[in-house]
Amino acid sequence: MTERPETAEPAGVSRRGLLGLAGAGIAALGAGAAGGFAAARATEPPDVSVAVRDVYEFTGEHQAGITTPVQDRVHFAAFDIVTDSRDDLVELLRAWTDAARRMTRGEPAGELGTTSGPYDAPPDDTGEAEDLHASGLTITFGFGPSLFTDSAGTDRFGIAHRRPDLLVDLPHFPADALEDARSGGDIAVQACADDPQVAVHAIRNLARIGFGTATVRWSQLGYGRTSSTSTQQVTPRNLFGFKDGTSNIKSEETQAVDDHVWVQAEDAKSTSGQDSAWLTGGSYLVARRIRMMIETWDRSSLREQETIVGRTKQSGAPLSGGEESTEPDFARAGRGGVPLIDPASHVALAHPSAHGGARMLRRGYNYTDGSDGLGRLDAGLFFIAYVRNPATQYVPVQNTLARDDLMSEYLRHTGSGIWAVPAGVPAGATTGGPDGAFVGQSLFEE
Amino acid sequence: MTRSHGPAQPARHLAAALGALALLAPLAACTSNESAPAAEGTSARLTVDSSADACTLSAAEAPSGNVVFSVTNTGEDVTEFYLLAEDGLRIVSEVENIGPGLTRDLVLVAKPGSYITACKPGMVGDGIRSDFTVTDSGTDVTPTGELAEQIEAATTNYVAYVKDQTEQLLTGTEAFVAAYTSGDDEGARALYASTRVHWERIEPVAESFGDLDPRMDLRQADLEEGQEWTGWHLLEKDLWQPAPEENGGAPYVPLTAGERTQYADQLLADTQELDDRVHTSEFAEQIDAASIGNGAKGLLDEVATGKVTGEEEIWSHTDLWDFQANIDGAKVAYDGLRDVVLAQDAALAEDLDAQFVTIQALLDAQRAGDGFRLYTELTDSEVRELADAVNALGEPLSRLTAAVVL
Repeated sequence: MTERPETAEPAGVSRRGLLGLAGAGIAALGAGAAGGFAAARATEPPDVSVAVRDVYEFTGEHQAGITTPVQDRVHFAAFDIVTDSRDDLVELLRAWTDAARRMTRGEPAGELGTTSGPYDAPPDDTGEAEDLHASGLTITFGFGPSLFTDSAGTDRFGIAHRRPDLLVDLPHFPADALEDARSGGDIAVQACADDPQVAVHAIRNLARIGFGTATVRWSQLGYGRTSSTSTQQVTPRNLFGFKDGTSNIKSEETQAVDDHVWVQAEDAKSTSGQDSAWLTGGSYLVARRIRMMIETWDRSSLREQETIVGRTKQSGAPLSGGEESTEPDFARAGRGGVPLIDPASHVALAHPSAHGGARMLRRGYNYTDGSDGLGRLDAGLFFIAYVRNPATQYVPVQNTLARDDLMSEYLRHTGSGIWAVPAGVPAGATTGGPDGAFVGQSLFEE
Repeated sequence: MTRSHGPAQPARHLAAALGALALLAPLAACTSNESAPAAEGTSARLTVDSSADACTLSAAEAPSGNVVFSVTNTGEDVTEFYLLAEDGLRIVSEVENIGPGLTRDLVLVAKPGSYITACKPGMVGDGIRSDFTVTDSGTDVTPTGELAEQIEAATTNYVAYVKDQTEQLLTGTEAFVAAYTSGDDEGARALYASTRVHWERIEPVAESFGDLDPRMDLRQADLEEGQEWTGWHLLEKDLWQPAPEENGGAPYVPLTAGERTQYADQLLADTQELDDRVHTSEFAEQIDAASIGNGAKGLLDEVATGKVTGEEEIWSHTDLWDFQANIDGAKVAYDGLRDVVLAQDAALAEDLDAQFVTIQALLDAQRAGDGFRLYTELTDSEVRELADAVNALGEPLSRLTAAVVL
C-alpha cells in the first residue's frame, strides 16, 4: 500500500482521504479541482486527474446514476426488508445513505475504514476497494411495491397510503419466463462504476450494514454498458453484436429528461386517494433480466440478423439508409414496395413513433452468468430503464415487443422488477448520525 | 478478442466480412484484396459506388472464383446492383434494397466470361451499365445451370413432403379429436405425440403462417395477459392434468365437455386450414432453396430452445418425439439439397452427414416401444449429450442456406 503524507489527511478518516476530499469539493466533472488536487498530492503517482474526474457527488436534486454518463459496470441488488419496524427501516436508510455517500467519494463505507478500527473488531469497510479510485461509482436506491404492502397485504411500515398508483408489479408479458429468485424486491440498489470491484464492494458493504434488517433477495452483475446516456458516449454493442439504444434519451436533452424521466409535481394525483407527492423529482426504475439465446442467434444469417434488428450490424444505420444517428424512415420501400425496415423489426416496434412518442432512459448492461447445464451461455441483457410513467412508457412497449418483435424468438425474460426511485438527498445536507438526511426521507415525513 | 472503440474497428469489419465469406466456400486463406486480380484460394474484392448518376467499380475485371462486390449507395434513393450475363438480360446475381449511405456485399462464385454490371438507383429503368470481365483463374467453378436444376427438383420434392405431412396431420388430428371429445382420454393420450410428429416435421412452414401457429401450438408460458389459449398444448394439459404445485399452486380445473368440443373443433378446423394453404400454388411459389435451408436451420433452433430443455411438452413430457420429428424435417430438407451442397462445399456436406448420424444414434438409444422415453426419465448427462449433438449439427446446418443460394 502507498504511504500517505500524514499531515495531509485527518487521522482515521479515509482510506483514500485526499481523493475523498477532492471529490467532495466538486459536483461531478470538476476539471478545475484537478489542479489543486494534483498539487496537494505532489508525491503521489501522476494518475490523479483520473481519480478526480471519476467522482460523482451522491447528493443533488436527483439521485446520481440515472442521467449520469453510464459507467462500464453494474452490481444491482434487490433487498427484502426483514423487519416490521418502521424505525429500523429508517435507521437502515440513514446508514445506507451515509455509507453510499462515502463510497461514491472513494472513501470507506464506515468512519473507521479498513484498517483503522479496534484491533479486536472487524473493520467497518471490507477493504477490497482500498487502493482503487472512486471509479465513477453511483449508488441509486428505489422502493418496490412490496415495501408499501407486502405479499400478505400488510402495511408493515405505515406507508401503504403513499404508494403511487403507478407503482404496481408489472403485468405478465407474453413468453415471460420469470424466476421468483430473480424478480421483485422491497428495495433496489443500483451500484454503477467503471471498476467492477468498486461496484461489488459497494453492494457488499451495504448488504453488510443491512444484515438483520435487510437481506439480499437477488443480485446481478453487468458489464459492457449497452446504452449511452450522454452525447459524449459512443453507442455500445449488445451481445447480439449490434449497437443498442441509439435513440436513447441523453442527459443533454434537458426537456426530454423532464418530460420522460423525472416525476413531476403534477404526477402526484391519484384515483384512489394515494399521496405520492414524495416522489416528485424521482423516477421509476424498471429492470429486466433478458437472456439471449446466443447460440441460435449466432447461427442466423446476417440477412436475418439485420432484418430482425432493422439496422445494419456494422454502422448501426437504419436499413432505410443514412448513418447511425439518422432517423429510421419506416415508409421507405425497396423492391416490390416492401418497406426496407421490416414492420416487425426491433427498431420499428421499439421506436417512440410506434408508441405515441413514449421514450425511456435506458442504462442496461450485458451480463454473462457462466453457462447453463446444457453448455449454452447464460448471457444476455440486464435491461434497466428509468421512466416517468411505466404504464405509458414501458408496459405497452414491452407488450408489443414480446408479442410481435422478430427478436423475441431469441430472447427470454427471466427476471423483473419495478421500483420508485425518490429524488436525491439535497446537496449540502448532513448525512450520518441519528438526524442525518437519508434517501427517500420525504416518504417517511408527512 | 478485445473490444475496441474507434479507429481499430474497420479492420475488424473487414475481417468479419472475409470470415463470412469463408463459410461460403472452402478457402485456404482470406486476405484483403481491394483490386483484382487475386491468386487462387482468395477472393477478389471490388467496391461499387452507386450514386444518383454513376456506377463506379474499382476494377472492370476479376478472376474467376469467389468475387465480392461491396456496394455502397452514395445517392439519395434506394439502389440495387446486378451482375448480368453477356446478353444483358439474364441475372447472374443481384443485391437489392440498399438504403442511401449503406453498404452491402454481393458474394458469388463467378465463372470466366463477359458480363454486364448495373446499378439501379431508384430501382427503375435499365440501370447504369458497364461491361465486366471475369478472367480464368483456373479455379474450378461448377456450372450453375446443373445446380439450378437440382435445386428446382429439391424444391418440388420439398413441397410434396410438406403436403404429405399436413395430410397425415389432418388424418391424425381427426382421430385424436374424436377420442378426446368422446372422453377417451387414454386413446387421446396415445395419439397425441404420434400425431404432433407431422406438425413438428414442418414446423417452420406452419410458423410462416403467422396466424395459425399461435392458435395451434402456443405454450401456456407464451400467452399474453388476457389472450385466449387454444390449440395442442391446451388439450395436452387437459390430458395430463397437473397437480396444484405444478400449476402455480392452484388446482387444475379440467375443461368441460362443451369446452373440449369447442377447442378440439377449432384445432381440427385450423389443421384443415393449414392443409388447404400448403396445397395452394401460392405456397409452392414461396418455397425456394433459401426457405428450405432456413427451415432446416429453424428446426434445429426449435430443438435447441424447446425440446432439449423439455419446455415444449411440459405436461406430457413427450419432447423426444418432437425432437425426432424436427430432426426428420431438417434431414429431409438437407437430403433434397445435398447434391448442391456437395458441389458447392463438400466439406460442409461431409460434416452434416456425420452429425445427422451422430444425433440419430443418440435418439435411437432413447427409443421405447413405438416411441421414446419421456423427457423426465432422461438423466442430466443424457440431456447434455443430446444438447451437445444439437449444437454440433446446428452449427454446420446454419451454413446450408448460403451454400445453396446460387
